[in-house]
Amino acid sequence: MGDVWEAVKAVGTGFATTFMHLFRKPITEQYPEYKRMMPVRARARIILTRDPDGGERCVACSLCSAVCPVSCISMEAGEREEDGRRYARWFRINFARCIYCGLCEEACPTSAIQLTPEYEFAKRDILDFVYEKEDLLVDHQGKDPEYNYYRHAGIVTGVGGKGEHIGESEPVNIRSNLP
Amino acid sequence: MLTWIAGFIVLVVKLVAILFFLLMAAAYLVWVERKFLARLQLRYGPNRAGKFGLLQPLADVVKMLTKEDVVPDGADRVIFRLAPAVVAGTAFLMFAVVPLGRDLTLFGRSVPLVVTDLNVGLLFAFAMSSLGVYGIALGGWASNSKYALLGSIRGAAQMISYELSLGLSIVPIVMLAGSFSMVDIVNAQKGLPFIFVQPLAFVIFVISAMAETKRIPFDLPEAENELNAGYHTEYSGMRFGLFFLGEYVTMMVFGGLVAVLFLGGWRGPWLPPFVWLVIKILLVAVFMIWVRGTLPRVRWDQLMTIGWKALLPLALLNVIVTGALGLIMSP
Amino acid sequence: MTLYGFLFYIVAAIIIGSTAMAVTRRNLVHVVIYLVLSFFGTAMLFYLLGAPMLAVLEVIIYAGAIMVLFLFVIMMIRVDSLEEVIPPFRQRLPAMLLGGLYLGCALLMARGTPGAGASLPLLTASPKELALYVFGEHWFTIELVSLLLLAALMGVLNLGRMKADEAGKEKSA
Repeated sequence: MGDVWEAVKAVGTGFATTFMHLFRKPITEQYPEYKRMMPVRARARIILTRDPDGGERCVACSLCSAVCPVSCISMEAGEREEDGRRYARWFRINFARCIYCGLCEEACPTSAIQLTPEYEFAKRDILDFVYEKEDLLVDHQGKDPEYNYYRHAGIVTGVGGKGEHIGESEPVNIRSNLP
Repeated sequence: MLTWIAGFIVLVVKLVAILFFLLMAAAYLVWVERKFLARLQLRYGPNRAGKFGLLQPLADVVKMLTKEDVVPDGADRVIFRLAPAVVAGTAFLMFAVVPLGRDLTLFGRSVPLVVTDLNVGLLFAFAMSSLGVYGIALGGWASNSKYALLGSIRGAAQMISYELSLGLSIVPIVMLAGSFSMVDIVNAQKGLPFIFVQPLAFVIFVISAMAETKRIPFDLPEAENELNAGYHTEYSGMRFGLFFLGEYVTMMVFGGLVAVLFLGGWRGPWLPPFVWLVIKILLVAVFMIWVRGTLPRVRWDQLMTIGWKALLPLALLNVIVTGALGLIMSP
Repeated sequence: MTLYGFLFYIVAAIIIGSTAMAVTRRNLVHVVIYLVLSFFGTAMLFYLLGAPMLAVLEVIIYAGAIMVLFLFVIMMIRVDSLEEVIPPFRQRLPAMLLGGLYLGCALLMARGTPGAGASLPLLTASPKELALYVFGEHWFTIELVSLLLLAALMGVLNLGRMKADEAGKEKSA
């Protein structure tokens, strides 16, 4: 008999709880009228950022394309005549395929490819989801305002010689074994 | 001849009116359920299509009618197509014996507000409810899918188990009213609705009715987190819509049965009889939705234990006690 | 022919047709469906003959419960087709003979009864009259049948218990 009483009490508590819910304000956020602030690192639309000097960060190394689990990134590499900087001749992301995993951002050595919290893009035609370089390239540094790849590495572009980059020590003189 | 034709016209008008009423009521019962359930769960529910989402049922109907009707490979085509109609058809037929109000007097003729006042009306409703099992069992079997088959096996077992307690729980009511006719049962509740006379029968009936309509906490045949959608996994478009419709019409019919058997049918002060019946049906439906918003789904063995070891013996005991009391108290 | 007579022949045709289909189908689920249709026809016949109570009970018990159990078993053990289990002729012979005998008896009875050709009377037996007749005049038969059912029930219970015991032994072994 005690069991029955326990069961009735338990069920009754449940009913009371749901009944009380009727008089509480719903916790739903009504989306189109109220848009929640997304965290800075939320992963949605992908952009190609520039370095602080205004140059393209992307060096068309294809690491993002290689790491992409759904193979939605493709590009062609090119080299600039005047300073030998590598860049992407064309850069294409098929957002209809993209799963917003963020692996490309992790793989990128130059912080060029970044995911932004901008999640609101829906389209009528699936082909409109194929974004070209001019759609992707933006005029800011994204989440990494300081970083400029060419100030840390590379000598061809003439930004700095051996041992002259930021955080780089003088090259070891391999002809001398003296400590 | 003239009376015959007039009777025929009255019958057709009644059928059309009740069918229209049932379809609209079922559509808006879905709306009521979604709204009320949402509030129980601290949500808003549909509020985009029209004011308060009132056009949502219409939008749903249009959506279901325009969707593609898929028949899966290896399905038994004829049975697959027929099964939803069985579910919806039996549900509609059940309503034929529910009296909607006092006899109307039109042009000097008395028109009873019930499609047919069978002298075995109550049993007719149960017969139709037991035939509804076929739609579920055959629909699941004909789909040629594991989930659907499992769902339909569960459905068949559950519905025949609970039909017993459902049927036995109303035997005391029939004893008290002395008739299977729904109109007579309503007339027998002139003084006191049977819920006060037979509270145990009421509880058993409502629980069994919830199991018969396959609603939470007894929705094992369509348990969406184990079986996708159970017996209607493979259905799409309006064929799925018919299953859906059948479920909600059955809910209305059981609401009507509870109202007629236990709550005094269309009896009530001040308001017109039909309004009272609608209010009582809605009360039962809202209670069912409240249960859905509160209780979790029971386990399979618990379902069988409740049905066979709790409800059935209690219903039998109720029958015996009522019969004995009736014998003692009768002069 | 009266309207009732007309309906009678239609319903009878449905019953005979669906029963014939039920006997000849290979797919077991189709067999069940035709049998249900046959029971449904029988129920309509009962209703036509003025026994609504019997009609509804036929639908509830036979079409609604027993055939659902059949369907349940067929779906559970997954025998969808009878292709492999067509019995040889000598096994079918007794059944055919019995069937023929039954049909002959029915025909003889129909011809021998003087009132068989009369048109159907428009009578309706209310549930109360039916109950008084069955439980008043045939109470002994009812008790016998219920004893038979009780015996069957206990037999099934015993079988189930034996199976459970064996399973228990296997588990412990």
